[in-house]
Amino acid sequence: MTTKKPAVAVYKFSSCDGCQLSILNMEDELLNLAEAIDIAFFLEATRAQKPGPYDIALVEGSITTPHEIERIREVRANAKVVIALGTCATAGGIQALRNFASAEEYAKVVYAHPEYLHYLQTATPIAEHIQVDMELWGCPVNKAQVIEVIVALLNNRRPNLPPHSVCLECKRRGTPCVIVDKGIPCIGPATQAGCGAICPAMGRGCYGCFGPARDVNTDAMANMLLKMERYPGETARLFRGISGYAPTFRTIVDEILPANEEAK
Amino acid sequence: MKNIEVPALARVEGEGGLYIGLENGKAVEIRLDIYEPPRFFEGFLKDRFLQEVPDITARICGICPVAYQMSAAYALEHALGVKISPQARALRRLMYCGEYIESHALHIYMLQAPDLLGKESALELAAESPEVVKNALRLKKIGNELLRIIGGRSVHPVNVCVGGFYSWPDEKALKALLPDLEWGLNAALDTVKLATSLHYPYLEIDYEFVALHHPDEYGVIEGGVLSSTGRKLSIVEYETGYIEEHVRHSNALHSHTVDNNTYLVGPLARLNLNHEQLLPKAKQALKDYKIQLPLKNPYKSLIARAIELVHFYEEAIQLVKEYKPTGPAHVELKLKAGEGSGATEAPRGLLYHRYKIDANGMIQFAKITPPTAQNLPRIEADLFALTPRIINMPEAEATRTAEHLVRSYDPCISCATHFLKLKVEEK
Repeated sequence: MTTKKPAVAVYKFSSCDGCQLSILNMEDELLNLAEAIDIAFFLEATRAQKPGPYDIALVEGSITTPHEIERIREVRANAKVVIALGTCATAGGIQALRNFASAEEYAKVVYAHPEYLHYLQTATPIAEHIQVDMELWGCPVNKAQVIEVIVALLNNRRPNLPPHSVCLECKRRGTPCVIVDKGIPCIGPATQAGCGAICPAMGRGCYGCFGPARDVNTDAMANMLLKMERYPGETARLFRGISGYAPTFRTIVDEILPANEEAK
Repeated sequence: MKNIEVPALARVEGEGGLYIGLENGKAVEIRLDIYEPPRFFEGFLKDRFLQEVPDITARICGICPVAYQMSAAYALEHALGVKISPQARALRRLMYCGEYIESHALHIYMLQAPDLLGKESALELAAESPEVVKNALRLKKIGNELLRIIGGRSVHPVNVCVGGFYSWPDEKALKALLPDLEWGLNAALDTVKLATSLHYPYLEIDYEFVALHHPDEYGVIEGGVLSSTGRKLSIVEYETGYIEEHVRHSNALHSHTVDNNTYLVGPLARLNLNHEQLLPKAKQALKDYKIQLPLKNPYKSLIARAIELVHFYEEAIQLVKEYKPTGPAHVELKLKAGEGSGATEAPRGLLYHRYKIDANGMIQFAKITPPTAQNLPRIEADLFALTPRIINMPEAEATRTAEHLVRSYDPCISCATHFLKLKVEEK
């Protein structure tokens, strides 16, 4: 162990601030955490800024402007370990819905003078621009998982993150399957655990905000969900949401959209 | 005065910059630059199913997702002609109490107080006054806990739907929070004491205050849009009084009144317009600490937040005690084409949504006017008014006083489109 505390920087790109807030929301752990690490750069929390290089960079948000491409490269050059925090940073987030449409059209809907704006056609995950050492999914991230990742790094071990889908979390909570029990479409079987299966516990379907789980039989899932839609296009919209630009979810929708068109 | 440049303003939600252009010691141009990237929410809401909207709009802001869910839900309920049950309405108020507690405790102690105490952050403050910061964190935690019980999690909760809630939260879990809420009410009163003992920079502005007003309760959901000029509009009429436009230096939209005035939304506006509707302990605190209304100093919005913190703890206790879930948690929706408006008071101010939907419940049009977009022109005008007072200060103090002014607004730049950069330049 070195005696020097590791320097941590927290950055924001295109996002809602919710993942950074998850750090400020560590009400029981924040003061202890601040003893174990040196919060060297964290604009939402402090005016004080220590220059890099940093040991760990936590990055929230996706890349949506030319300037952000430059900034993320500087982040990489200035940090030993880069961790992408949250579904914006790992899959583009909700704003990556523009990747399936025309950003110009969107800009015209929102702004009277789109010519004043500087933006990229796409909103993309951090790993599309720089090498990322670790990804933590969630919209927002689960703060217990953020702590686990930091503690693991401090102790030079691999973080213990669940590899399974939301289904197992439902089983653990004793929540009856909303698909089987209530006929409610749910993409929990295809979604990474981490949230605690809160949506099914509230009597609604999972909408995939922790991104795709590994080794999912997506075809079987999509076929089942298509038969139980409550409104036309529900399955496609469930997958093409918060984590819609994640490759697994993207592929599912690309496959079912043509089928939807034929059904019309 | 030399040029001042702060590469990034801290302790705000989002990214922006501040430019003060001086000529012969006078401010000639002031701009709050928002370089928070545009995310085009109104664009991708189109063709989404109405029940997806509260989950999508929550993602506009991690600090006040509940506000975005509530305004969306009310607007879409209005479009469908749906009225939620009285129990669901009470639960919406209780959920909003959680968001106000969490957001105000964060802003008072972690974002603004460090400026008043000459610190860089709450963490630095913790080294000197650990008890103050520990209590602040507990105050905030209780708000988050309330949100977690009702919504599943505090950031982007998952229980709000068009028509009410997906399910009733656990009565036992809510009631078990009562001792914490009672503690919080006292800690909130101590916050008022602290807030009124601090020394604030002087600035008095004749604002036009605008807030939701409800005759029977402290305006947060429903009611009408009241201005200190006497202008009273229903929520549906909001756009006839308040206009949003796109200005060149900003990725956010700016608002003004129909008479081309800037106006102020947020805690000062609410407290000044609605103090009659405060609950007894909050009202008593106004008297005990001799708080003279209207408060016109933007820096003192911290005092207004402290009074609201008392109010929302008080209301949360009341609502938790009365909580008795009966009947379905949501109304079954009958889809039809239509248009609806909804406005609720986010912790930072009035948040207005309007949607058009087709017969299948798909969004055809969305308009969202966040509180910070309404306040941006006002922040610029306040900086104008502040400049003569700071140009003779030492550079570091001048910069801090200007930054502090922006922070006192609790601007949510993520909402208005998010980093502030202060640049004062002699032309």
